Amino acid sequence: MATSSNEAADGHGEGGEARKVFRGITDDVAKIALSPTPKWWYPAFAVSNLMLLCLVVALYHLFTTGIGVWGNNNIQGWAWDITNFVFWIGIGHAGTLISAVLYLFRQEWRTSINRSAEAMTIFAVAAAGIFPIIHTGRPWFAWWLIPHPNDMGMWPQFRSPLMWDVFAISTYATTSILFWYMGMVPDIATLRDRAKEKWKQIGYGLLALGWRGSARQWHRYERAYLILAALSTPLVLSVHSVVSFDFATSQNPGWHTTIFPPYFVAGAIFSGFAMVATLLVPLRYLCNLKHIIKESHIEAMCKIMIATGLMVGGAYSIELFVAWYSGNAGEWFTFRNRILGEYSWAYFMMVSCNVLVPQFFWFKKCRTNPWIVVGLCILINVGMWFERFVIIATSLARQGVPGMWGYFSPTRWDLLTMIGSFGLFFTLFLLFVRFLPVIAIAEVKAVTPEAHAGKDHH
Amino acid sequence: MSTTDDDKPNGGNGTDEELHGLLAEFDTPGALIAAARKVKNAGYTEFDCYSPFPVHGIDAAMGIKATKLPWVVFLGGLSGLFLGTLMQWWMNAYDWPWNVAGKPTWSIPANVPISYETTILLSVLTTFFGMWAANKLPQVWHPFFRLDRFARVTDDGFFLGIEAGDKRFELEQTKQLLVAAGASHVEECSVDARPAARSVPRWIWAVMPIMTMLALIPIALVYKARATKSPDPHYHIFSDMDFQPKAKSDQPFAEFADGRANRAQAGGTVARGQLKADDGYYRGLGNGQWLSGLPAQVEVTPALLDRGQERYNIYCAPCHGFDGAGHGIVPERVAMLGGAWEARNLVERSSAVIKMPNGQIFNTISNGNNTMMGYASQIPVEDRWAIVLYVRALQRSQNAVESELPPGSEVR
Ligand code: HEC
Repeated sequence: MATSSNEAADGHGEGGEARKVFRGITDDVAKIALSPTPKWWYPAFAVSNLMLLCLVVALYHLFTTGIGVWGNNNIQGWAWDITNFVFWIGIGHAGTLISAVLYLFRQEWRTSINRSAEAMTIFAVAAAGIFPIIHTGRPWFAWWLIPHPNDMGMWPQFRSPLMWDVFAISTYATTSILFWYMGMVPDIATLRDRAKEKWKQIGYGLLALGWRGSARQWHRYERAYLILAALSTPLVLSVHSVVSFDFATSQNPGWHTTIFPPYFVAGAIFSGFAMVATLLVPLRYLCNLKHIIKESHIEAMCKIMIATGLMVGGAYSIELFVAWYSGNAGEWFTFRNRILGEYSWAYFMMVSCNVLVPQFFWFKKCRTNPWIVVGLCILINVGMWFERFVIIATSLARQGVPGMWGYFSPTRWDLLTMIGSFGLFFTLFLLFVRFLPVIAIAEVKAVTPEAHAGKDHH
Repeated sequence: MSTTDDDKPNGGNGTDEELHGLLAEFDTPGALIAAARKVKNAGYTEFDCYSPFPVHGIDAAMGIKATKLPWVVFLGGLSGLFLGTLMQWWMNAYDWPWNVAGKPTWSIPANVPISYETTILLSVLTTFFGMWAANKLPQVWHPFFRLDRFARVTDDGFFLGIEAGDKRFELEQTKQLLVAAGASHVEECSVDARPAARSVPRWIWAVMPIMTMLALIPIALVYKARATKSPDPHYHIFSDMDFQPKAKSDQPFAEFADGRANRAQAGGTVARGQLKADDGYYRGLGNGQWLSGLPAQVEVTPALLDRGQERYNIYCAPCHGFDGAGHGIVPERVAMLGGAWEARNLVERSSAVIKMPNGQIFNTISNGNNTMMGYASQIPVEDRWAIVLYVRALQRSQNAVESELPPGSEVR
C-alpha cells in the first residue's frame, strides 16, 4: 500500500535526497517489527520463557506454602525480596533519565536510545513491583494498600514510608507507561501504514489511535511531550528517594543516614545505564542499528557511568566517614562489621564492581569494544545488586542486641524468584523488540540535518 | 496511478461521492513550511499540514496559536495536590485519627511525599488525556486515509490538505495555488456522500450499552453480597492464618483410633511444669491453705532480702511505690490524666495485706488480682519469695513502734 508511488519523490534533487534519508530510517526500524522473526530471537525468547517459568513455579510454591520457603528469618526480614525490589526499581531510572532529563537538556543523541530505555524502565518496574507485593506474606491482601472504604473501617497509614512507596512506584509506573506509549504512537502509525497483513494493520491501527501527523496535532503533542518530560524529572528523583526513605527513616544503624536519597538516585542511574548498555550493545548488532545507535552514543553512556560510579563511590566513603565521625558506637560497629565481618566478601564485591570497574571507561578502547562494554556493564549490574544486598543484609545482621544477630542464606526459592524476575524482564523486552518500534522513528528523523533542509526560503 | 491523474478522485469507488478536499505533497519540510505560509496568506483556515515528524517553524507559518494545554495541566496538578492532601487528612486525621505514639494526628511534613506524588500523577493524567482529547484522537478513520499516497505521511511524505468546506475553496483555483506553492503532486480526496457511511456503525452503538450493563453485573453482585446476610461461612480463596494444617485440642481428629485430637501422656515422658509438684514452693499452698510460713527451700538471709528489695523496686514500685503505700508513678500519672485508679496500699496497718498469709501474697505476685496482672512469666519463683520477704520487711518498718527499736536508737 505504502510503496506504490515512489515516482513523486524521485528526481526532485534536494527533496529526493532528504526523503531517501527519512525513508531509510523508517525502513531500518519498521523492518524489525514487520519482517519475519529473526533466527536469534527464538532461542533468546525460549531461554527467557524458561526463566519466566521459574517465577511462576516459585510464586506458586510461595503462595501455597508461605514466606518460610525463603531464607528470611526474624532478623533478616528484608532479605532478597527487598534487595531485588530496590535493584529493579533502580534499573528503571536510567530510562526515565534518558527520556526526560536528557530531553530537557536537549541531548539529541538520546533519541536513538530513548525508546528502548523507556521500555526497559517499564519492564524493570514490572519486575520490581512483584517483590514488595509478595514480600507482604499474604499478597492476596495487597489491595489493602489502596485506600478504599472497607468493612474494617480502616485507612492506610499515609505517614509510613511504605505507603509513600506505594504512591511513588504506582505514579512512576503509570507515568512511564503513558510517556512511553505516547511517544510511540506516531511510530506505531508508521507500522500501521507499512504493515502488509490485515491483522497487523488492525492491531497497529487501533494502537495508533488514528495518528495522521497533522501539524496542529504535532503542536499539542510536542507540548505534552515537553510537559511529561518536565514532570518525569522530579518524579524520577522522588521515586528512588522515597525508596531510600524506607531505610533512612528507620532507626537502624547503617540505614539511618541523610545521604541516602541522593546516593540511591545516583546508584539507580548508574545501574540503569549499565543495563541499557547491556541490552543495546547486542541489539544494535542483532537488529542492524549501528548507524542509528552510534558508537558515540554508547561512549556517552559509558561516560555517564564513570560520573555516577564516582558519585556512588563518594557516597560509600562519606557514609563510612560519618559513621566514624559521628562517634555513634552502633553506627561505627555496623560499618566495621560491614567491611570486616562475615559479609565482607559482599562488601568488596560491591566496591570493586561499582567503584573500580567503571574506571576502565576512562580508556577509549574500553568504551568502543562491544565485548568489553557489555562485560563491564554486567559487572556493574552485579555490583549494584550487591550494593542493595550489603545495605540490607549487613545492617540487619548485627542489630542492637546479640539476640538480633543472624546471617542470611538464600534458599533455592529465593534464587528461582530472582532468576524468574530476570525472565519476566527479558521476555517483555524481547516481545517489545519483536513487535514495537525499538527506535523513536519520528524523533530520529527530526534531529537529522535533512529535517531542517530547505527552510531558508522565507 | 501517476502524477497526472489529479482530476480523478482517488481512493473512492466512484459512486455517490462528495469532495472532502485537496491533498498536496511536498518534498522537504522547508517546502511545506513555505507552502503553509502561502495558503495561510491566501486566507484559508480549514487546512492542515501533515508530516512524519514535527516540522519546526510550521506553527508560525500556519498561524497555529499556542495550546492552552499547560494551563489545563497546571489545574490538574493543583487538584492533585489538593485531593492528595485532603485524602490524607480525611482518612488519617479526621475519619480515623491515627495515633502514633501520641504524636499529632496531622503533621504536614510526613504527608508531603504522597501529596507530591498525587500532584505529579494528576498532572501526568491531565497531560496525557488532555492532549489526546484536544487533538480529537482516537479517530481511527480520516478521509485522507483513503489516499494510498497519504500512507507516506508516517514515512517520508510532507502533505498539505485543504478542506472543501473552507470559504475560499474553489477547486481549480485552490489546485493552482498548491501547485504554485511548489507541490510535487496534488490530488482530490472524496468521501462517501451518505453521512451514515461515515459515522460509527449502528451495531457498535447497540453493543456498547449492552457491554456496559454486563460489566456492571459483578459490581451489583458484590453490593448485593454486602447488603444481605447469610448463615454460610465466607469463601476463602486463600485461607486465613487461623486455618492451619494441625489438630487443635478438644477437637475431633479422625487419624487417631479414639477419634480425638487430645493425646494421653506418653509413658516415660515429662510434661512441662510437671516437675513443679511442690505446692508450697511453687504455689504458696500447704494442705490446700495459703502458707503462713515459708517453704523449706526459702532460707531467710540478708542477701535474699536485698534481692527482694531490688526486684520489688523494679517490678512493684512503679505502682505500689517504694514504700509500699500505693503512690507509685503509675497511679500518679493516672491521676494527672484525671482518672481514678489506685494500687493497693500494702503496708497500712488496716490493709488486708498485713494479715494476708505469705502464700497468698506469693500467689498475687504469680497470678495477679483484679486489675493487677500476674508476674509469673517475668519473675522466677525464687525472686517472688524474695519479694514476699521484702513486702513483709516494708510492712514491719512502716508500722514499727518505739518499743521495737533496737536499744540505743532514738525517735526524732
Ligand atoms: C501495674 C501496677 C501494679 C504493679 C506493677 C503491681 N501491682 Fe500489686 N496491685 C495493683 C493493684 C491495682 C492492686 C489492687 C487490685 C485489686 O483491685 O484487688 C494490687 C494489689 C496487690 C496486692 C493485694 C492483692 C489482694 O489480694 O488484695 C498485693 C499483695 C500486691 N498487689 C503485691 C504486688 C507485688 C508484690 C508487686 C510486685 C511484684 C505488685 N503488686 C506489682 C497494681 C500493681
